[in-house]
Amino acid sequence: MEYKDLTVMQLVDGIKTKKFTSESVVKYFIEQCKEKQHLNAVIEVFDDAVEKAVEIDKKISAGEQVGKLAGVPVAIKDNILCKGKKAGCASAFMQDFVSPYTATLVKKLEDEGAIIFARTNMDEFAMGGSCENTYYGACKNAHDDSCVSGGSSGGSAVAVAAGLCPVAIGTDTGGSVRQPSSFNGVVGIKPTYGTVSRYGIVAFASSTDQAAPITKTVEENEYVLQIMSGQDVHDSTSIKNDFAVDSPKQKIKIGLCRQLKDKIDGLKNSEKFYLAVKKLKEAGCEFVEVEVPHIENSLACYYVISPAEATSNLARFDGVKYTTRSKTAKSLEEVYVESRSQGFGKEVQRRIMLGNFVLSSGYFDAYYKKAKRLQDLLKIEFATAFSSCDVIMTPTTPDVAFKIGGKLNDPVAMYLEDLFTVPASLAGIPAISVPYAKDGHLPLGMQFMGAQKSEKILYQTAKLFQDLFKGGI
Amino acid sequence: MQYDVVIGLEIHAELKTKTKVFCSCKNEFGAMPNANTCPVCTGMPGALPIINKKAVELCIKAGLCFDCKISDYAVMERKNYFYPDLSKAYQISQMVYPICVGGHIDLESGKRMRLNRIHLEEDAGKLTHISKSIGSLVDYNRGGTPLIEIVTEPDFSSASEVDEFLKRVREALVFAGIADCKMEEGGMRCDVNLSLKPQGSKEFGTRTEMKNLNSFKSVTRAIEYEIKRQTEVLNSGEKVMQETRKWDDAKGKNMTMRSKEEAQDYRYFPDPDILPISITDGDVKKIKDEMPQLPAQRRAKYIEEYGLTAQDAKQLTTSKYVSDYFENCVALLNLPKKISNWILTDLLRLVKDQEEFVFPIDEKRLVQIIQMVEDKKVTKALGLELLELCQSSEKMPEELAKEHNMIANITAQQIEEILVKFISDNPKAVEDAKSDPKAMGFIIGHVMKCTQGKANGALVRQLVDKLILQK
Repeated sequence: MEYKDLTVMQLVDGIKTKKFTSESVVKYFIEQCKEKQHLNAVIEVFDDAVEKAVEIDKKISAGEQVGKLAGVPVAIKDNILCKGKKAGCASAFMQDFVSPYTATLVKKLEDEGAIIFARTNMDEFAMGGSCENTYYGACKNAHDDSCVSGGSSGGSAVAVAAGLCPVAIGTDTGGSVRQPSSFNGVVGIKPTYGTVSRYGIVAFASSTDQAAPITKTVEENEYVLQIMSGQDVHDSTSIKNDFAVDSPKQKIKIGLCRQLKDKIDGLKNSEKFYLAVKKLKEAGCEFVEVEVPHIENSLACYYVISPAEATSNLARFDGVKYTTRSKTAKSLEEVYVESRSQGFGKEVQRRIMLGNFVLSSGYFDAYYKKAKRLQDLLKIEFATAFSSCDVIMTPTTPDVAFKIGGKLNDPVAMYLEDLFTVPASLAGIPAISVPYAKDGHLPLGMQFMGAQKSEKILYQTAKLFQDLFKGGI
Repeated sequence: MQYDVVIGLEIHAELKTKTKVFCSCKNEFGAMPNANTCPVCTGMPGALPIINKKAVELCIKAGLCFDCKISDYAVMERKNYFYPDLSKAYQISQMVYPICVGGHIDLESGKRMRLNRIHLEEDAGKLTHISKSIGSLVDYNRGGTPLIEIVTEPDFSSASEVDEFLKRVREALVFAGIADCKMEEGGMRCDVNLSLKPQGSKEFGTRTEMKNLNSFKSVTRAIEYEIKRQTEVLNSGEKVMQETRKWDDAKGKNMTMRSKEEAQDYRYFPDPDILPISITDGDVKKIKDEMPQLPAQRRAKYIEEYGLTAQDAKQLTTSKYVSDYFENCVALLNLPKKISNWILTDLLRLVKDQEEFVFPIDEKRLVQIIQMVEDKKVTKALGLELLELCQSSEKMPEELAKEHNMIANITAQQIEEILVKFISDNPKAVEDAKSDPKAMGFIIGHVMKCTQGKANGALVRQLVDKLILQK
């Protein structure tokens, strides 16, 4: 048996019952990180991790109370703050930034005994769907190192898939947890907006940013998400989400969105999708067709709203306070222009330009305001759709992981990766990606979306689905 | 050519909250640089603003002072621009949905000055330029402190109207405990938008905006300067440029800060980190109930109901403390005119020059002294002495008067005896008194002296009149 084959709950149990020590677990995963360095999933292993593990072991030996994640190593995405540790958003601009405070979600994990032991690679400032836009070099797919990991939380997904850690935290703004989870055959959720506090997560698009766990199994995912979530006095958009409905559904009603039918039918792997539908029907699920009339406009809407918010959120990286200041700048204006031109990568600059454009006077009403109206509409349409079904099922991504460099010069093709994930982000509803099939050696994920705060049903469906496809399709 | 002057104002006032508007750092002036800062107000990545409820309440309160409509739905927006004193590179302010809309202040002339809005926003930090080699330093203590911005309609046509308006704004804000409005500390700032148009014309001319006006005096001077400058520009056949001009108080002139071409596009949009503010009628009512009556209303009451002079009414409303003191006294003893006289002539004299303005004795004791004088239990002179005694004692004036043997207990007969003796001793003075009122005072003084001031003044006057003048 290897530690990487155990679930989070099994690890906690083993550590608590002294079957093995947290120290040995942490050392094991650190070793795994070193061994699989070529994947570029983990950027840094924190040097105090073993020390913290020893502390937990001591507490257990002394019979002290330890938490629900006692001694379990957790990797966090490079845009999540942990006091005293670097958080660089995989950007050259932020490479020396040391967090002055700890994110609420990290504190919640640490309060339960988790050991934050490493930070993972990502697309710079979480912008991208391949984890190629990174200062640390492209993160490679756990199943094929010539393919992308997906993104932006590529490092976190690969770390879990390749056994570098039992659980990793990612952030999802338009699919950044779900898409790499799908590409790497692991489970990733984007919870109801506000479920996990955003305090201490470097903001990309504030109105859709959500942090979430990436795990091997659905059960672990639910276990960790419950620990991370909760209303936070430091985030006024955070909510109390008790994951609704206590008793499991007798019969799950799955919706297929009529407006996405043509898109799904046209996919290379549509056959697998419908095979999954068939299997679910056989397992007793009911399928209904639902309408989300404006779902096709989601992508356009998302690529107006998210750059707009990003433009403003990233303005603070100005070379004045904590980002690298251009050495050639001679005036204040040059400090801004040169530092930002030299510091931000191409994709980030592209989105900053886009965001500034849609917010600028004369264009605001035509773009940003319209997109916001569409977002409101989507929320209503989804709410209506969920009155006739429990979950809506779509593929997580149009296809499996693509080759590294394959879409780098085609931003629009890259944006199309978010086709199925973006609607849930805009509507603020929960969505989970669960692996179910492979195309060749590359995994495929299925996405289930649920109504606001319906994580419980979502997890129930995801578990059923996971068990049905354990041996592949 | 003759021109009409058109002026509109943007007034910023720092709100009197304990903490900043989006974090729990202290809101205070004069701390060590960056002592009052945290990840939120220094704009650290990942930090989020949490709106200070008190700041919203004070903004609503300001709206109520000037008869604004209080919105039931208000939105905080981001105003995006780069400057090192702005830690996030955006200021959280309001644009489309401000907390207060409309409103007005009526000047003494009766002219109504309309407000456009009052909104809530955060202040920026402070830059200090040290030297070329060291560079500039930034202090974020002020960053994130709450401000209200009062925007007026272009209703002003002179510096004196602006001056009166600003003073009325300050008076109300200070009175209602909303802001301290210390202009020299930057607690109140005023930007002036000014344009000229040919007399009687309906069309507005091109306006300039003037900044850096740090005192009431500089506002007046700057307006007068700018009117003259624009008049000269127009008279020479040129056009006024739309621009922002910076006032230099030492030089007594203004100069271009930035032109319209350099004007920034602030790319406002609703701040996704802050939920829209919903304000119910109940919230507004609660705040209204806590509001003190404002000085203008109080003055009207003092003049119309109490019959005070405009001058006295003004003096009594210089601060909420004085005005409340006066009203508390009136509530205890319904003699407003008398009380006003006592406060303004006798009590004010005793106020010590110290940081906090306080009267040396409380309302209850002052009223008792006045009551005793009115009842002729003590003379006015002894009443004043009692005032002094009260300062160094906790006792009630009546008790002090007894202790010091001050109660006026001299009978008419005793006074008559003194007067009869006086008449026989000073025949000359008696003759003089008949023609000279001053000499009369001398006689009354003599009686007071003989009775150690315990004679009832009116009674003495009456007897002098009877025994001397009528003879």
